[in-house]
Amino acid sequence: MAMDYTSFGQVVEERTGAVPVRLVRTSPDPLQMLCRSVEEEGGVLQALWVSDHRKSGGGFLLRVALQDEAGIVIVEVALPAQAPGYPSIAGIFPAAGRMERAAYDLLGVRAEAADRRPWIRHDAWSEDCFPLRYDFDSVSSTGPSTDRSYPFVRVTGDGVHEIAVGPVHAGTIEPGHFRFSVVGEKVLRLEERLGYTHKGIEKRFTLLPAFGAERLAARVSGDSAVAFSWAYCMALEAICGIHPPARALWLRALYLERERIANHLGDLGALGNDAGFGVALAQFSRLKEDLIRANQRAFGARYLMDAIVPGGVVSDLDESKRWMLLEAIPRLESELNTLSGIYEDHAGLQDRFSGTGRVSPGLARQLGLVGLAGRASGQRRDARRDPGHAPYDTLDVRPGYSSEGDVGARVSVRFQELFESLRLSRILLEQLPASSHRGSLPDTVPDGFGLGLVEGWRGPVLVGLETAGGIIHRCHPHDPSWQNWPVLEHAMIGNIVPDFPLINKSFNLSYSGQDL
Amino acid sequence: MNTRSLILEPLTIAFAIGIAPLLTGWVNQCRAWLQGRRGPGLLQPYRVIRKLFHKDAVIAASASPLFRLVPYVEFASMALAAGIIPSLWTGLPFATAADTIALVGLFAMARMFLALGAMDIGTAFGSMGARREMLVGFLAEPALLMVFFTASLISQSTSFPTIVNALAHDRLSIYPSLAFASVSFLMVLLAENARIPVDNPSTHLELTMIHEATVLEYSARHLALIEWSSSLKLLNYVCIGLALFVPWGLAQGSGTPLDLLWAVPALFLKLLVAGLGLAGIETINAKMRLFRVPEFLATAFLLAVLGLLVHLLLGY
Repeated sequence: MAMDYTSFGQVVEERTGAVPVRLVRTSPDPLQMLCRSVEEEGGVLQALWVSDHRKSGGGFLLRVALQDEAGIVIVEVALPAQAPGYPSIAGIFPAAGRMERAAYDLLGVRAEAADRRPWIRHDAWSEDCFPLRYDFDSVSSTGPSTDRSYPFVRVTGDGVHEIAVGPVHAGTIEPGHFRFSVVGEKVLRLEERLGYTHKGIEKRFTLLPAFGAERLAARVSGDSAVAFSWAYCMALEAICGIHPPARALWLRALYLERERIANHLGDLGALGNDAGFGVALAQFSRLKEDLIRANQRAFGARYLMDAIVPGGVVSDLDESKRWMLLEAIPRLESELNTLSGIYEDHAGLQDRFSGTGRVSPGLARQLGLVGLAGRASGQRRDARRDPGHAPYDTLDVRPGYSSEGDVGARVSVRFQELFESLRLSRILLEQLPASSHRGSLPDTVPDGFGLGLVEGWRGPVLVGLETAGGIIHRCHPHDPSWQNWPVLEHAMIGNIVPDFPLINKSFNLSYSGQDL
Repeated sequence: MNTRSLILEPLTIAFAIGIAPLLTGWVNQCRAWLQGRRGPGLLQPYRVIRKLFHKDAVIAASASPLFRLVPYVEFASMALAAGIIPSLWTGLPFATAADTIALVGLFAMARMFLALGAMDIGTAFGSMGARREMLVGFLAEPALLMVFFTASLISQSTSFPTIVNALAHDRLSIYPSLAFASVSFLMVLLAENARIPVDNPSTHLELTMIHEATVLEYSARHLALIEWSSSLKLLNYVCIGLALFVPWGLAQGSGTPLDLLWAVPALFLKLLVAGLGLAGIETINAKMRLFRVPEFLATAFLLAVLGLLVHLLLGY
């Protein structure tokens, strides 16, 4: 049953892009009520961001992307140019807390929340500067900041001490700071501090021409290049009202599934390695390398970066390459069967995996866990089906599922999704429609708002795009890591310190994708 | 004791120091082969040590002289241990001065210095590693002592050469007590040398480390010495195992030159097999959860005690 939003504000329209969107315009006051009723109906928060409309005489505009049973709802809240503020929705959707803090750091639009610590701003610019505002001057504004310390939540008690890890780690990995409060080896609390890879991607998007910025979208998080560039193109195509040819959509889906397979293979190997089972890393790395080499041969890019462009895909797939990809599928399937058997039968691995880093379905629902980790904790939502879009609406996608919520469940869901993605890849390759791979583009981009939502390997990747005069006014690429990082803190409670790398890897969240 | 053995003693130690990285290289190479990788080559540990000696050392501002001292103490202890363990011949003059109990004490002292050095800087990782290292150590040492006691009961002596001479002489007798002791010793060896399933020598995940966390702050020549003494420690443990459980091929006493000449290829052959076995164990196992380590080492202790009891029951 579709929810009725008329009591909260004006339901403006139902946009028909690849993903149908309902727009609700409202004021700050009913925002919390609206969110609460969506939450009670089983809906989730997908993203929250703010854009600056003062240049054209308006104020600020807060957008909250929610998902209910019927699909995506964008709640638009107009805020005044002077002293903009809105009631925090972090009490309803806990994941919103960090999004609200980041929105303040970037635009100076404050949510009325208890937690006022900076999130993105790491002493790099002063407190009264807001880089995403149109009148931000990067030369004069990056003065020294006053706040030098970040108050972590302290745990006190007999024998409690802190272990500070990162942002620089012993291995070559992305930077993030983890503050553990522990008694002996047992973790009482974990607090994350991210934002070390903030590089101003959203600022860079503004003033870029809308056609061409898909290249930047592909680089938001390198492991999700396909998901982000597809979501970006989906949003842009919704604004332009263009429909890519069927063959292009099928090829995009093929890219997305191959990206999923590559990442799941890498993660499964790394999970084995983190449990001290090095032979798994060697084998899975080999399979992953074979796959991305095939990508290079078939599509000209190992990680399929820049393969998707507005209106279609960059290059067509010829017959011989189509057969090459098809022939590799059964080989990979049989090797995966063997490896999956080894994982299931290995007592040492199972001992490490089962019961570790458990997120119960109840907790997952309450905290809004999404994507792969969500499906391992009983949250079935998958953007390929809910709300679903072409070509997945004809493919009967069967996402992985478990209700255990531990590391073992996330391993098992990865295996299930690998086999499912291989099945989908085979269908996509066998029944690839014969048409052009790239549609024509309009000469100009109309002003407007468009949304793209794609199920990347990690979870739903959302892009909210606003154009004005052919250039980008605001683009918000949203990685599912925003919702899932806070859940990792809860997954650690009661576990032992040396199990953190394993639990962390089982989520494998993006730093770059959310620091932007 | 004669002049010849006094000349041979330092040569033996130098030999052990020289081949220790080779054993580490062999184990790593076998592990790579078993995992289906090509591997870095046998000589990689030597290259690493040479590279580290060519670097400038970075030392934390909060480090005390103890921090600098630890690598030398480590290396010296392991070198001294190599002079006590009969790896090629049993006439070692050092061995009469230090018996097996002193040998266990020597290992314990090296560990204590390593833990002190780790805590000296005051980082969370150092203290965490030191804590875990001591947890492993205090459980492994009694088991190792029990293994030695079982062997001592057979030979009525705690002197290492006497034990080995006694065991090597009765070529055909089988000691059930030593079967238990050997399994126990293997478990201790894995734990003491930071091998899988207890610790992972090749991990880069600082939160899971045991041994590696204690040496995270070391660099350049200090790290080179620590890496080298880790290799030497592995060689020492393997040689202890070989001397206790497969003592054949060792030169008796100071031995004739021909005996000594034979002892070298015999040792290499045994190390070749032992390295392959070690790599095999490390390939098929995953690392245990940290709190399984006490259970693992308690099992080792129990097996060693069983060995002792079996000896007392059977009388041989």
